[in-house]
Amino acid sequence: MAQSVVVQVGQCGNQIGCCFWDLALREHAAVNKKGIYDDALKNFFRNVDTRGSDISKGRICSLKARAVLIDMEEGVVNEILQGPLKDVFDSKQLITNVSGSGNNWAVGYKLFGSQYRDQIVEKLRQTAEHCDCLQCFFLIHSMGGGTGSGLGTFILNVLEDEFPEVYRFVTSVFPSGEDDVITSPYNSVLAMKELNEHADCVLPIENESLFEIVSKINQMLNSGKPGITVKQQSLVTLNEGGIKKKLDEKPFDKMNNIVANLLLNLTSSSRFEGSLNMDLNEISMNLVPFPQLHYLVSSLTPLYTLADVNIPPRRLDQMFSDAFSKDYQLIQADPKHSLYLACALLVRGNVQISDIRRNIERLRSSLHFVSWNQEGWKTSLCSIPPVGHSHSLLALANNTCIKPTFMELKTRFMRLYKKKAHLHHYLQVDRMEDSCFTEAVSSLSSLIEKYNELDITKGLPKHEQVRLNIVI
Amino acid sequence: MSVVTVQLGQCGNQIGYEVFDAICRDLHSTQGFCSKKENEVYQASCKEHFFNEDKSEVPVARALLIDMEPKVISQTLLKAAHSGRWKYGQHSHFCQKQGSGNNWAYGYNVHGPKHEESIMNLIQREVEEYDSLSGFSIIMSMAGGTGSGLGAFLTQNLRDAYPNSFIMNQVIWPYGTGEVIVQNYNSVLTLSHLYRSSDALLVHENDVVHKICAKLMNIKQISFRDVNQVIAHQLGSVFQPTYSSEDSFQYRRNPLGGFKDPALYTSWLQPSDAFCEWRTHRAFNKYEKSAALVSNSQFLLKPLDTIVGKAWNMFASKAYVHQYTKFGIEEEDFLDSFTVLEQVVASYCNL
Repeated sequence: MAQSVVVQVGQCGNQIGCCFWDLALREHAAVNKKGIYDDALKNFFRNVDTRGSDISKGRICSLKARAVLIDMEEGVVNEILQGPLKDVFDSKQLITNVSGSGNNWAVGYKLFGSQYRDQIVEKLRQTAEHCDCLQCFFLIHSMGGGTGSGLGTFILNVLEDEFPEVYRFVTSVFPSGEDDVITSPYNSVLAMKELNEHADCVLPIENESLFEIVSKINQMLNSGKPGITVKQQSLVTLNEGGIKKKLDEKPFDKMNNIVANLLLNLTSSSRFEGSLNMDLNEISMNLVPFPQLHYLVSSLTPLYTLADVNIPPRRLDQMFSDAFSKDYQLIQADPKHSLYLACALLVRGNVQISDIRRNIERLRSSLHFVSWNQEGWKTSLCSIPPVGHSHSLLALANNTCIKPTFMELKTRFMRLYKKKAHLHHYLQVDRMEDSCFTEAVSSLSSLIEKYNELDITKGLPKHEQVRLNIVI
Repeated sequence: MSVVTVQLGQCGNQIGYEVFDAICRDLHSTQGFCSKKENEVYQASCKEHFFNEDKSEVPVARALLIDMEPKVISQTLLKAAHSGRWKYGQHSHFCQKQGSGNNWAYGYNVHGPKHEESIMNLIQREVEEYDSLSGFSIIMSMAGGTGSGLGAFLTQNLRDAYPNSFIMNQVIWPYGTGEVIVQNYNSVLTLSHLYRSSDALLVHENDVVHKICAKLMNIKQISFRDVNQVIAHQLGSVFQPTYSSEDSFQYRRNPLGGFKDPALYTSWLQPSDAFCEWRTHRAFNKYEKSAALVSNSQFLLKPLDTIVGKAWNMFASKAYVHQYTKFGIEEEDFLDSFTVLEQVVASYCNL
């Protein structure tokens, strides 16, 4: 079985990462009753004895996360090390500093990048050496700040240089319009160039969407309708205290859990058995028709399960409909009115192939697929559902609806750049030049253009390509 | 007369398991609808056909399990062992840690050469157990990466290593929509390569089997297990032993008058030669009477043409081609494959 390593960078990256590890342990605990270190656990965890050496089979002694935690401030990582998950990480997996990146991509990338490169490579190598078959790196970071954005994308480059055969999946939290960091458009666009060139697959996330999902759940919980109780375990926002106790819970914790659930569902079919498995390398193979178009819109359902037995369980088909509704997406976009290049349905739990086929048939007519991929559906069936649910669905769409997000970003960038606002903070960093900015915005423009070219084909009459003429 | 079954990839292994399980369950069933003596003769012949004997007296399936990632093989070995009635050989499997990623090029150009020696050795060891080898039955899907890519590579190798053996591929045709996005590319590449090395391709279409489950068997929530069991039943029927050490097989021409019509056959084939029938007295799988029809006809023309058409459409826009060139399958290789298949389509059309 192949292994994956999580690289969490910056405050956002580490907070989400922490939620992920907590949920992963919870999921495996629910499935693995005998306490044996099995192949599923091996994917994300090492099993070590008291001396810290790996145990490859047998009873679980002590689980260590296959993770590297990097932050240029100490606050978040220290909290993790003092919290309930402290035994899952060890000091050899961390890189911290005290000064922070000042919300400046150039500081994160150019300054800390070069300063910490050797240490970073060393930690990554150590983590990779503990794997007998390393398949994938999951990078978690935000785009709007300095560390996650700058150092995070620097690390992406390092991953490609040092481990070219290993897949690079990036979970990027994009800043919202009212982000309190003024220079977030600069940071995001500079980071985008790196994502364009060095990531295999990117899952963009927007805080606005996560916030709306949390609100929806809160509304549901507080609706006061008699007899409605939600199975607490099943909440997509639940966390059992990876960082802090419930009393101190901040709104971000709930939002971070949603992203953690996304990552769990993404990897479920490669960890657990099912009748139609989907490995991580299949995601890239099926959903990335052209190298640069590797941005996937994700939606996750259900958000919770009702505990009340008197209320009939939501029909399976409703789950499929929900996955194609904007309320369940992790990014603000409108795939239904844009063009699908490809779509993947990762189903977990008690669902069979006929259910999937029926729903694909039903939903197809309302969706627009690109002419050369009219049946562009990839499916997977994993037998094990998430904790608290009998089934779940993660939909990943490669759709031109992401174009407005990028155009928005470019607009906000240009608004600042035209006035040269705050540029001096960046240019005063060693080896940071104006060309970095122009190249970044050019890369973004060319990406937007590629989506434009595809959008134009939408709605055009389909014509069959002329086939080869054979003489017998 | 023994056939080595090679189960490739998730599909091949899942179906292979169902085939042996169905045969074994049937072996032990009492509903043979024939005399006791006939039943015993049949059982002996069947066992010899499909299973080896080992010290524990639990029949060992004459099969090899090959996959590039371990989950499915572990499950398959476990299920067989748990049945108590049969099992797979202890050393009859080969697997790796990381799958082929639905990439034909990866299965053919990377996994193939890398594991050629190990896999061929595994096969050689199995073949040496038999007094006479009649051939290979390779169960594989066309849509994925291992069954398709590694399957094509392996078939070529088998043809080179055993030039006089009969090689038959059980090819699983994917659903028209909703399995793998690059399934048409993988299918085109697989079929064009298999054409050069295989003796016969027995095709099982998921869409057709699905309809059987829905309409004929009235199953409401159809799972892959249901689909696989139907395919297993079909395969089991086709491979029924008709020759045993005591009875010689009965061979009659055209018992059912309906097949005499020459219009069904091409001009260069006499109806009397074209139709062959083998009979077994004992019933299979609890059906009192059953018939398995294996035909070579224009029936497959439409599905084949559809797949080639869709693959060509996608290829014209060059979508996903970079995923294949990454592992050494260039545009010229695609074109070669398209050419081979267009020739096949044209040949069938001309009948």
